[in-house]
Amino acid sequence: MSSSGEDRSKSEISFTVNGEQKTVLAFPMERLLDVLRLQLGLTGAKEGCGEGECGSCSLLMDGTLVNSCLVPALQAQGASIVTIEGLDASAGSQRLQEAFLECGGAQCGICTPGMILAASHLLNKNPRPTLEEIKEGLSGNLCRCTGYLQIFEAIATAAGRETAASS
Amino acid sequence: MRSDPKDYELVAPGSLQAAVGLLARSPGEWLPIAGGTDVMVQYAAGKLPSRKLVSIWNLAELRSIEVLANEIRLGAGCTYTNIREHGVIGREFPMLSSAARWTGGIANQNRGTLGGNIVNASPAADSLPALLAYDAELILISVRGERRLPYAGFHAGYKKTKLAPDELIRAVCLPRRFSGYVCHARKVGSRNAQAISKVCMAALGRVAGQTVEDVHIAVGSVAPVPLRLSETELMLRGKVINESLVSAAKKMAVAEIRPIDDIRSTAKYRAAVTGNLVAEFLNLLSADGKA
Amino acid sequence: MNHERIVGTAVPRKEGREKVTGKAVYVDDMVLPGMLYGATVRSQIPRGRIKKITFETSVAWSEFVIVSAKDIPGKNCIALIGDDQPCLASDSINHPEEPVLLLAHPDRHALRKAVDAVSIEYNPLPAIFTMEESERGSEIVWGTDNVFKTYLIQKGNVDDVWSRADYIIEGEYSTGAQEQLYIENNGMVAAYDAKQGITVWGSLQCPYYVHKALMALCDLPAEKVRVVQMETGGAFGGKEDYPSMIAGHAALLAMKSGKPVKIVYDRAEDMAATTKRHPSRTRHRTALSRDGKILGGEIEFTIDGGAYATLSSVVLSRGAIHAGGPYYWPSVRIRAKAVATNAPPHGAFRGFGGPQSIFAMERHMDRIAQVVGLSPVEIRRRNFLQPGQTTTTEQVVRELIDLGKLLDRAISVSEYQTKKQEFAIENGTGATKKGIGIAAFLHGAGFTGSGERYLSSVVGVEGCADGGVRILVSSTEFGQGTKTVLCQIAAEALGLRYEDVTIAQPDTTEVPNSGPTVASRTVMVVGKLVESAARGIHQTLKLSGMLGDSYSAEEFRAACQAYVAGHGQLRSWAQYDPPPDVFWDDEKYRGEAYAAYSWAVYIAEVSVDLTTYSVSVNDFVALQEVGRVLHPVLAIGQIVGGVAQGIGFALFEKVIWQQGRMQNNQMTNYIMPTSSDLPPIRVFFEELGNVHGAFGAKGIGELPMDGPAPAIVNAIEDALGVRFDSIPLMPEDIYDAITARSLRGEDEVASVIR
Ligand SMILES: Cc1cc2nc3c(=O)[nH]c(=O)nc-3n(C[C@H](O)[C@H](O)[C@H](O)COP(=O)(O)OP(=O)(O)OC[C@H]3O[C@@H](n4cnc5c(N)ncnc54)[C@H](O)[C@@H]3O)c2cc1C
Ligand code: FES
Ligand code: FES
Repeated sequence: MSSSGEDRSKSEISFTVNGEQKTVLAFPMERLLDVLRLQLGLTGAKEGCGEGECGSCSLLMDGTLVNSCLVPALQAQGASIVTIEGLDASAGSQRLQEAFLECGGAQCGICTPGMILAASHLLNKNPRPTLEEIKEGLSGNLCRCTGYLQIFEAIATAAGRETAASS
Repeated sequence: MRSDPKDYELVAPGSLQAAVGLLARSPGEWLPIAGGTDVMVQYAAGKLPSRKLVSIWNLAELRSIEVLANEIRLGAGCTYTNIREHGVIGREFPMLSSAARWTGGIANQNRGTLGGNIVNASPAADSLPALLAYDAELILISVRGERRLPYAGFHAGYKKTKLAPDELIRAVCLPRRFSGYVCHARKVGSRNAQAISKVCMAALGRVAGQTVEDVHIAVGSVAPVPLRLSETELMLRGKVINESLVSAAKKMAVAEIRPIDDIRSTAKYRAAVTGNLVAEFLNLLSADGKA
Repeated sequence: MNHERIVGTAVPRKEGREKVTGKAVYVDDMVLPGMLYGATVRSQIPRGRIKKITFETSVAWSEFVIVSAKDIPGKNCIALIGDDQPCLASDSINHPEEPVLLLAHPDRHALRKAVDAVSIEYNPLPAIFTMEESERGSEIVWGTDNVFKTYLIQKGNVDDVWSRADYIIEGEYSTGAQEQLYIENNGMVAAYDAKQGITVWGSLQCPYYVHKALMALCDLPAEKVRVVQMETGGAFGGKEDYPSMIAGHAALLAMKSGKPVKIVYDRAEDMAATTKRHPSRTRHRTALSRDGKILGGEIEFTIDGGAYATLSSVVLSRGAIHAGGPYYWPSVRIRAKAVATNAPPHGAFRGFGGPQSIFAMERHMDRIAQVVGLSPVEIRRRNFLQPGQTTTTEQVVRELIDLGKLLDRAISVSEYQTKKQEFAIENGTGATKKGIGIAAFLHGAGFTGSGERYLSSVVGVEGCADGGVRILVSSTEFGQGTKTVLCQIAAEALGLRYEDVTIAQPDTTEVPNSGPTVASRTVMVVGKLVESAARGIHQTLKLSGMLGDSYSAEEFRAACQAYVAGHGQLRSWAQYDPPPDVFWDDEKYRGEAYAAYSWAVYIAEVSVDLTTYSVSVNDFVALQEVGRVLHPVLAIGQIVGGVAQGIGFALFEKVIWQQGRMQNNQMTNYIMPTSSDLPPIRVFFEELGNVHGAFGAKGIGELPMDGPAPAIVNAIEDALGVRFDSIPLMPEDIYDAITARSLRGEDEVASVIR
């Protein structure tokens, strides 16, 4: 095994990240997660499991929530990607981030970027979710710290309403 | 990540024609990857045998949902989200909608496809019992053309299918003839979301009074392949539902399956739950007949 | 202290903004120039001796840095309480995840192949995997008798009570291993240079544990070892001892290669190789009077420590002291034992032995209630510890706790009595059975016995050049809110605004040793020291004439700036000073086990679906007395998070072992609760205050882990009338028990001796 000559099979892959056009040179089967973290320095997406189970690598690809550990880089060709770093921009997302802060939605913070992206995806589709809909919208994002209730509360707060989730 | 990306090739043909053309040039060498929710998991675990992959994600030809007079034709590349959001599927094939809703979390539903679920051929796959219960048919495509075959029988054995090495699934067809049927689907997993099924069932039927006119019962995770409980169905047809029929059906269902012990559950638990689910379905059917 | 403005309010989490914007930097986010990646080659067998190591020729080994035990400059051990765990196995193998070799390479993908290309031949030895095998001693795998540690707690003369007892009730209870499953895997980056020595940055709970371990391993003096905690993505005890191992590995690779090295485990490795909660077995034999009062009892508490001693002795101690629950025992004998098996060492996990022995106690209480013919409520009420009575270690309860009142309130908010009646009617028909269960318990805050005295923690508070105040402690933040609460305490003590106070990132070159961040001690013990160090700053400013007794935040700032400008530095230190009246006998395990206890009554409501044998928790009431609640949102977050883990412990989380190795080391197959699996968790506090803690606080972090499992299993028994004494309790177990009962045809008669 040798690590020389490896660039031969790399491809140029272009997409927009947080509104900026980017072109990277990557192996087509590299995980989008690694391309973002290692090549573009966007470390907001985390690797919790590497198998699609925990959601800490979640981001938005063409407006839908995906787990970037399961996306080969080539499949991001031409896509528009939003990571936690780019979410700051819109007022809606800021409300969400503030609500997470206020309600205790982030403890250790490792699940938080994915959780906020999942929440933002949910609110984009359904601006007034019920508690059941919030639970379903987050069911692919595991949090070991909070027991989720304060996260539900944060989302309900951001959506501008009170919920029975609060204790 | 237990694989090295530089050992793998991945190409993304621009059309379905180009994709099957590539498969035809060296049949068996290229592994299709759609949403990657099975393939990438294997890859990350260092357990993906194929080194050459062809992406069929985003092929428009595989993403359409056509509503025809007598059937719905679902592109194999439809995601669970596409399925969940489709009104006609929700109304006429609610068990497929439920299966889509039960499959992983939202991110997984945005990427996982029906074609992937079929070809990955896990005995625990959640949408497959619904396809069996609804008498689905598959349209397969290759450079040689298209062929249509019933989905029942597609799985030749544990993780084996009748797909030829140069073929793709193009579409899944669901006959629109189950209105008025009682449907009952259940997923029994280790938790309420993001769970691999220990047992799953999709069943539909029609009664006249208490007499069973038609019944389809399909189960997953209790045999090497998803199963229709054909002997149980045969035994039930034309009979009057009562306690002894229900208990006979439970016994027969248990006799038809071949559950195993694994790290997720035990054979005897799976058998008992299968029997209970069949009974639960028959009780619903009976209640419908009384209503 | 009646004008408190900051403690008790929900100020924003100090590091919260970085976390919600994705800017917080965790170890895997860190990249150093020229950094290599490191990986670990592990044993594949549970026990044996290494015969030969072969490097397959498919790999260009010259590109790799390879470290074996021979490369260790100091002592080949992970120094902790004892030194028995090697950093790298050189000869004997005692569990199947034992590190043998370390590899480093610039390309992390190349590493994986290299790890697979090392093959190790062994002379295998017979291994043991259960506590029973270990106790039988057919194979001695550790020391002379497979026993890491024993304790004997004796109060009164229990041998006398049996003859007076109206009932003698026995039971055996067990709990399984539980994986902490923090979402951030373990990881470390190390860098070395001959002048400065070794620096590690990592995900960890206890910087000075790592510091001590690296000094011994690398044979370096204290000033040449620097440990920096990065933002830590969850720990729960799981980053208490193992980080010393990974730091050691990264350090050895960095020393040999001269380059920075990063080791971050993937999920499969983290789950298989790092610590889990100790499996346990508890036997109770209890003597009761006719009216249901405990006369005395024997408790035998045994835990499986895995292959090396690590923290087992301390886990055992806490488990033993909590084994009697919140009840009055006129006499008791508690025998506790930690034994060795050939599994990776078990370690700290929230509750630290408490959840294990409390599960047994609270299940046993329900059993006692049945035999004696009292309700679960009444049996507890009759036996609750009262102020002035003594605990099993003969500690006098000085806190004015009224457990009966806690119980009443929990019963009322959970509508316990109404539900009992409703369920009794509903359960007659239908395929869903409902039940409701109680657990009452206590949890000691701070280190056990003389622990705090030995630790002798130091904290610092610094007045900065800009007039702000900075806290210097080695206590770490990993989600619980350490930074926030300590800043609240300092701000409150100095009459400043919360924003005027910051806290240093734990870095052993900057912060003193304020002890490990474990044992629910941070707010109570470290917080109290922060309070007094903060007051010291005011004292200095006052003595220098720069500040009076009352001042505004601006005046403080100006005085602080002036002082630093004049003197160069403004620092105040505080060191733990044990209260003079505290008595603890380490030999007899008698005395004041903890400076304070938190007390709780939890009530769970469940339904069991008889079609699938699965349990749902429908409602959960968590009522506790934790002293003063310093931050309501963080406190509720701790309780809810702990209850969620407790529900996992009871119903979902099962480690499947084969030959000492975890088989289901994937998130897909080790099941923790998702957002769809939890009931409403209703949290209530009683606040009695506590003289020992900062502003009246006690410990809160571990408590909520203790109660859920017994409350839930008690509720399941209430629903089904079938007894379950072992967790995790899976649907498969419920199915087995129900079929076994219907085969027997009748309920088992309780083993009442007379
Ligand atoms: C976290 C997580 C949770 C999951 N939960 C569930 C669950 O609850 N229930 C469940 O059933 N599954 C679950 N899965 C499995 C997976 O999501 C499904 O099987 C999904 O349908 C696979 O679709 P895909 O497009 O991602 O397949 P891919 O991974 O892209 O492909 C899977 C297989 O199908 C082949 N293939 C794909 N499309 C075609 C086609 N059109 N023609 C021929 N071959 C094709 C591929 O070559 C490959 O062999 C889960 C997976 C993850 C990661
Ligand atoms: S890391 Fe991608 S889902 Fe866990
Ligand atoms: S906040 Fe720690 S995992 Fe969610």
